[in-house]
Amino acid sequence: MATVAFTVNLQRHVPSPTVTAPGATVREVLERVFADNPRLRGYVVDEQGALRKHMAVFVDGQQLVDRATQRDAVGPDSEIYVMQALSGG
Amino acid sequence: MSTDAPLLVSTRKGLFEIRGKGAAAHIARAHFVGDNVSLAIVDRRDGAWYVVLDHGHFGVKLHRSDDGGATFTEVAVPAYPPKPEGFVDKDMWGKEREWALKGIWALAPALDAPGALWAGTLPGALFRSDDRGATWTLCEALWNHPTRVKWNGGGADHAAIHSICVDPRDPRTVVVAVSSGGVWRTRDAGASWEAHTRGMKAGYVPPEQAEWPENQDPHCVVQSPSDPTVFWCQHHMGIWRSTDDLASWTQIVVEPSSFGFPVAVHPRESDTAWFVPAHSDQKRTLIDGQVLVNRTRDGGRSFTALRTGLPQVHAYDLVLRHALDIAADGDQLAFGSTTGNLWVTDDQGERWHAVASHLPPIYAVRYG
Repeated sequence: MATVAFTVNLQRHVPSPTVTAPGATVREVLERVFADNPRLRGYVVDEQGALRKHMAVFVDGQQLVDRATQRDAVGPDSEIYVMQALSGG
Repeated sequence: MSTDAPLLVSTRKGLFEIRGKGAAAHIARAHFVGDNVSLAIVDRRDGAWYVVLDHGHFGVKLHRSDDGGATFTEVAVPAYPPKPEGFVDKDMWGKEREWALKGIWALAPALDAPGALWAGTLPGALFRSDDRGATWTLCEALWNHPTRVKWNGGGADHAAIHSICVDPRDPRTVVVAVSSGGVWRTRDAGASWEAHTRGMKAGYVPPEQAEWPENQDPHCVVQSPSDPTVFWCQHHMGIWRSTDDLASWTQIVVEPSSFGFPVAVHPRESDTAWFVPAHSDQKRTLIDGQVLVNRTRDGGRSFTALRTGLPQVHAYDLVLRHALDIAADGDQLAFGSTTGNLWVTDDQGERWHAVASHLPPIYAVRYG
């Protein structure tokens, strides 16, 4: 089970505690998280499933490569951080 | 308008609720402080507030209040369909256009059904909700119109529907205006659309393209509630008016400038309208640092510059397209600026009163 943690900046908009979820890719893990927390989906990805432009995801310290479909591999003990990019300054 | 209807002021850092008229107007409450509120309206049919938040990182959200701002519930936002495989949809910079919601720039009650709404979005699309925002449906006929891919951003990176006029004679007739993509009307609740830009001219394209409908950049279009054959338009190139139910538009020139963004029209007098002039698109500032509102009572043949109560030296207040509104009583108007000044009048602009001078940049003011 991967561990998924969300930026504190999200919490006042939609509660999103750290959770564990199964999956072989970031997309699979996030889909499981969204299934339990449906409102969170639109805050992280757009309606086409792409990671929002100013969001950043790290998997075991590595920045997500496949922003459009999040097919980056996830290990059984991976740590995934869904963060707010500093692109806004 | 009910006596307790608020004036909603949408700003870069929150929504401000104004109560009271004229000199007594004041900020009664602040909502969503810290959040980017791009638009808020009151549906006068059921009193619901609809508030658009643009969170930047987290996307565009819509909240509704059914208790006059005491509590808010997040409802759905319009969602674009997946782009068909192989479909080419590039913007003017040659970049593939994302089919994803970038903003909601217009909200209007759809008057043919209780709780129904129209939303104008970026990139330029029209959506309809029949359940007070719980679900949204794309108006496919307009989205698939052959000219739509030629619409380009004006005032934003994406083409945007910013004005929605629901015809008081028949709510299945709806006019939308697009920056930059022209003026379009449906008479069948969105099933088909026709351009209505005859007489408008664009100066930012080669001369042979100056009259193409999709090249027109109306900044704001308002239909007269009392005479629905009359439309007023603040266009990028100046002011236009139609008095023949959009068969044609006639240009109106006013001093000190015909450039600007918003227009407000009197609810019972189709010849009476207000504009906030700015320097040309080259500067987008006020002229000589003076805040003024131009009012015509004769269909644009003459204008009166209204200045009482407004700063006349070193003011740099730009007023955006949704940042001027008139109340249903026809006497109260409000406008707000990008420098956070908010002014109201209760005598059609003879005297203005500063409600606040230190608000965040103001995007929209809307009376309930």
